[in-house]
Amino acid sequence: MKSFANVNARDAKDAVAKLGQPNAVAVGGGSDLLGMVKEHLVEPDVLVHLKSIRKLDQVSAKAGEVQIGGLITLDTLSREPAIRSRYTVLAEAAESVGTPQIRNAGTLAGNVCQRPWCWYYRNGFPCFKAGGKQCFSITGENQFHAIFGGGPSFIVHPSDTAPALVALDAKFRVTNSDGERTIPAAEFFALPRVDAARENVLAQDEILTAVDLPAARPHTRSTYHKVLDREAWTHAVVSAAIVLEMDQQVCKSARIVLGGVAPIPWRLPKVEAMLAGKPITPELAAQAAEAALEGANPLAKNAYKVPLTKAVVRRTLLSLATKA
Amino acid sequence: MKTMSLCVTVNGESKQWTIAPGDLLLDVLRREGYFGVKRGCEKGECGACTVLVHGKPVNSCLIFAAQVEGGEILTIEGLAQGDTLDPLQEAFLDHGAVQCGFCTPGMILAAKALLDRQPHPTEEQVREALAGNYCRCTGYRKPVEAVLAAAARRKVPTEVAR
Repeated sequence: MKSFANVNARDAKDAVAKLGQPNAVAVGGGSDLLGMVKEHLVEPDVLVHLKSIRKLDQVSAKAGEVQIGGLITLDTLSREPAIRSRYTVLAEAAESVGTPQIRNAGTLAGNVCQRPWCWYYRNGFPCFKAGGKQCFSITGENQFHAIFGGGPSFIVHPSDTAPALVALDAKFRVTNSDGERTIPAAEFFALPRVDAARENVLAQDEILTAVDLPAARPHTRSTYHKVLDREAWTHAVVSAAIVLEMDQQVCKSARIVLGGVAPIPWRLPKVEAMLAGKPITPELAAQAAEAALEGANPLAKNAYKVPLTKAVVRRTLLSLATKA
Repeated sequence: MKTMSLCVTVNGESKQWTIAPGDLLLDVLRREGYFGVKRGCEKGECGACTVLVHGKPVNSCLIFAAQVEGGEILTIEGLAQGDTLDPLQEAFLDHGAVQCGFCTPGMILAAKALLDRQPHPTEEQVREALAGNYCRCTGYRKPVEAVLAAAARRKVPTEVAR
């Protein structure tokens, strides 16, 4: 490992100033960064530690809205009573990440901003994500790659909390040298056709400081369903974050966001519109699942994701709608 | 190389060590003689390097030592009280939950964090708590039995970790 200096940020503004130094990177829990430093995917000169910033690991409520500090660990977030009860999809997503060890170190902001886990990128191939000019998955081992939104890179966004945050219509607070900007969760993530080397709109000297959740509407229920190819320590093959606002048996409004299928959390506005104002019957759930996969464009080895995703959408939707 | 000072409490003892900024917690602990902290995959996959920081299991291979400044660390060496083993250690012996032994320190520490938080876990909760610890010998059945047995045997701790 190349040697580097550690500096502690006093506050978010100070962190941003320190990230202005050449070859500086921000560290929250460090789980993702440390792995990348060991694999020489990142070779920083300065690590700017964010954990020294006070009170950025807390959940606070004001006027119904909930603000979550970006440094909260995934474990703490998943156990937070206010999140479990009113923003269940986020608690379940946080709880589904990695292992207990990873959830105790990894942070919400780090989970959202983690780099892709495509095996070509992580194993040192000079792909788009590493600043290169090609995506090796196109003609290679693409079992776990994108069926939506791919090109020129076909990574899938690896975060579990990201689809949950998009489904909850969260706002991301980003600190930069001018102060702070607020970005709707859905606009934070960017397709590879925008910039194939990156997954979001965060600039090098910006940090994701906090996440705001809008006030939970009454009669809203939500869930996160994650399909894994083994029972622990892995990313979603396919996942679904669903938020339903119900009026008795009728769905007033729905937000459905898929994970594991696209380079960004993949929202399904057309399916959401199909469900609004209707009782969610098995027939409607099946139609929604079919519509969800319209336009899917699988690669040579990941066509299995199409029926799998349909089943995930149909079953998750139905079980959430009929939950007592 | 630049060095820095690290102040931590390990197994109840205050320590002040000189470290390099890039030292992993795993490397520092082993350098200081805590060989119960095992070097496994070094990628956060196997959990053999698990230690408790403020009562919570973490992979010491995925944390810079500098990140735990001021922290309270528990390694497997700190679990027994003199010659008296922790009920978890007793249960692992009684149930034959130790074969090659390489995963055992991490597994016992992960289980301890669970029992401190949840003194009477279900089997599912035990399995979830051990999900970050690979074992290639036992098939997990005996470790899970051992943790459940230890829970039954162990006095409910007065201090409940958050």
